[in-house]
Amino acid sequence: MEINFQHIQAAHCENGVTTNLLRHIGIPQMTEPLVFGIGAGIFYIHIPFLKISGGPAISFRTMPGWIFNRTCSALDIPVERRKFNDRKKAQEFLDNCLANNQPAGCQVGVYFLTYFPKEFRFHFNAHNIVVFGKEGDNYLVSDPVMETTTHLSSYDLERVRFAKGALAPNGQIYYPKKGHVVTDEDIRKAIKRGIKHASWFMTETPVPILGVAGIRYTANRIKTWREKLGPKMGGTYLAQLVRMQEEIGTGGGGFRFVYAAFLQQAYNYIPNDTLLQASEKFTAIGDQWRTAAVQASGIYKGRLSEQNDFNQMGDYLLDIANKEKEAFKLLYKIKW
Amino acid sequence: MKTTDIPQDPSPLDKFTKEVCYAVGEDGKYVVGLSRGWQVKADALGIAWEDAEARMNEALQKIQSGEASPILYYMELNLMDMPTLSAYTGFWQFTIKRHLKPSVFKNLSNKKLQQYAEVFDISVDELKNMKLNGN
Repeated sequence: MEINFQHIQAAHCENGVTTNLLRHIGIPQMTEPLVFGIGAGIFYIHIPFLKISGGPAISFRTMPGWIFNRTCSALDIPVERRKFNDRKKAQEFLDNCLANNQPAGCQVGVYFLTYFPKEFRFHFNAHNIVVFGKEGDNYLVSDPVMETTTHLSSYDLERVRFAKGALAPNGQIYYPKKGHVVTDEDIRKAIKRGIKHASWFMTETPVPILGVAGIRYTANRIKTWREKLGPKMGGTYLAQLVRMQEEIGTGGGGFRFVYAAFLQQAYNYIPNDTLLQASEKFTAIGDQWRTAAVQASGIYKGRLSEQNDFNQMGDYLLDIANKEKEAFKLLYKIKW
Repeated sequence: MKTTDIPQDPSPLDKFTKEVCYAVGEDGKYVVGLSRGWQVKADALGIAWEDAEARMNEALQKIQSGEASPILYYMELNLMDMPTLSAYTGFWQFTIKRHLKPSVFKNLSNKKLQQYAEVFDISVDELKNMKLNGN
């Protein structure tokens, strides 16, 4: 049994799953940048005191599931989303979906994902895939970060759907319901909503670890890392920052390039020059993130180890924070 | 990032897939490009693994010197931290901390050992009689 499902590779897993599922129900206008922008996926948080695999807890993206939910809600598309305690019921539900010709998005853990090479298998539970068919004991899987589709045995699929630990997926399954027509006017409305949400969040939230203020927080922490942790551990922390920012599934530059691409595509729907201006700013900001990553790599590879180098790294991020504030303010102030 | 600047460095990604990048083409429009990998992030990934291996070695030493039970090594081998191991085994974190003491570990029931062994994908025997040299 195989559903006719078009697999399009994406930079980020949840964007990709959302895009492909929405295109499947007959919304061909959807692209990855549009989904990312409408779902207000751009984000920054640095949670103090919390450690993830021995490093700082930093995220460049919203909570898993939110991009999908926000995009569907902005386009008025009803959503089915389920969690399970019972593994058998979780599989039955999935089999039912497939029998009804319904490809389903699943949240999975990466650690037991057999088609990932060992190097990439950490206990990270917020990966997303689409299951679109079953052949014998094998489920057909569209993993958006991969070039081609793949498959998982029912045992392996159950294992990843019920991975444990932080952000445990609990067999979570979701899909948009069919039968909704989306016009260009709907998309225009959704784009405005997405931009408003993201720019408000990044600049206006009065919490010093969120959005632009969060980047500033990280910048100031970095300057203390050498003294507190030593150059070696400080480097390991920076390596974690770079992985969150650049690792497969982010599109590079901490999602900033995807966002810049979104603003360009938004311009096709709403010809407002500010969007293009902001897009150029975000391209430059993405490049700055990458420059900062190169500096960080100098530190974790041991080429740079002085306090000055950590200060420089912090200053890069402070500069980025200022630039992002400017760019998001520009968007926030658009009179639609 | 311009399309011509998309990094194409050999990296662990080669075993896996090319990844999608968004980059600016010559006309200033964003296009989708594919990247083989980037040295900077391949290095970051390498550091994460070095860190994991250092922790495994530290665990081995602690077991050899009688400070910790084999659970510690297998926990590090599976890249788990306390909350993760706790979630997988169903034991409380403070229970696991107790089980990390060799004196407590020695007297653990087979049922409890079985719970650990299943999570670590090994047999109870392997867990109990961990070979300290040559693995």
